Amino acid sequence: MKFGVVVFPGSNCDHDTYHVISKVIGQPVDFIWHRESAVGEYDAIILPGGFSYGDYLRTGAIARFSPVMGAVKAFASRGGLVLGICNGFQILCEAGLLPGALMRNASLKFICGHINIRVETDDTPFTSRCRKGDVLSVPIAHGDGNYFCDSATLAELQRENRVIFRYSDANGAITEAANPNGSLDNIAGICNRPRNVLGLMPHPERASEELLGSSDGRVVFYSLADTLAELAKAS
Amino acid sequence: MKARIYVTLKPSVLDPQGKAIHHAVETIGFRAIQDVRQGKYFEVTLDGALSRDEARAEVERMARDVLANPVIEEYRVELDSNSDA
Repeated sequence: MKFGVVVFPGSNCDHDTYHVISKVIGQPVDFIWHRESAVGEYDAIILPGGFSYGDYLRTGAIARFSPVMGAVKAFASRGGLVLGICNGFQILCEAGLLPGALMRNASLKFICGHINIRVETDDTPFTSRCRKGDVLSVPIAHGDGNYFCDSATLAELQRENRVIFRYSDANGAITEAANPNGSLDNIAGICNRPRNVLGLMPHPERASEELLGSSDGRVVFYSLADTLAELAKAS
Repeated sequence: MKARIYVTLKPSVLDPQGKAIHHAVETIGFRAIQDVRQGKYFEVTLDGALSRDEARAEVERMARDVLANPVIEEYRVELDSNSDA
């Protein structure tokens, strides 16, 4: 199995993500420069956090026109696993790979700190090692994380069990006080209909080692590795 | 030929930045301001060889595909009235 971490101009969590996959999860990983037009050799693609293209126009709005995004779209449509973290989530929404948009935080403040998210389902390649209801302590660091979509889309996400992470308190209660940015329905992460593309605002790669205060986030990468191992065995 | 493009949040979408601006101008004494909505404004210069219809079509496409995010925003295009093409 091989992971690819896309590097856009302005990505700044690419090395953290690379580090977690290579050193914590112990799997092969490459950086993929945004000008690449093929990603065929990879089994999972990660769009990391950061401020691609300086967040000009809208967060993720310019990155989606990078050559690599055409390849990522084709990869996703073939069922390839794509994970977007923070700015990566914003890019996936702008690119139309996930529904909705990430708007300015309701508080208008850039928020940086540990929060809790509740795992809403283990039925994705990204949460297969979790149990529904698990609470993960992971950091957020964003100015535009306020998830919004129209009511028909929200109903569809809920009906199809595609809200994967929601902001919660430490006990897993979904409350307004636990919602850091004004996101609709406390949404922290969603997946697409075929469940192979997931975006989330929190940073699991920044919470994958005890040294950093929490290792709760690494379950996402372990889940991905498990899924890829099973796929490899099956083929 | 010049075009002006206004991108605004849909009326149904909350605008915390507009609200903050509204609140700020109230605190410094503006009493008659009832609401503020913040948006984006673009000035685009087009190839002078285009007809007005072609220019409008080009700018509309750019606004729809790039400048506005249709999930949360809408746009309005104005072509420069002084253009003679």
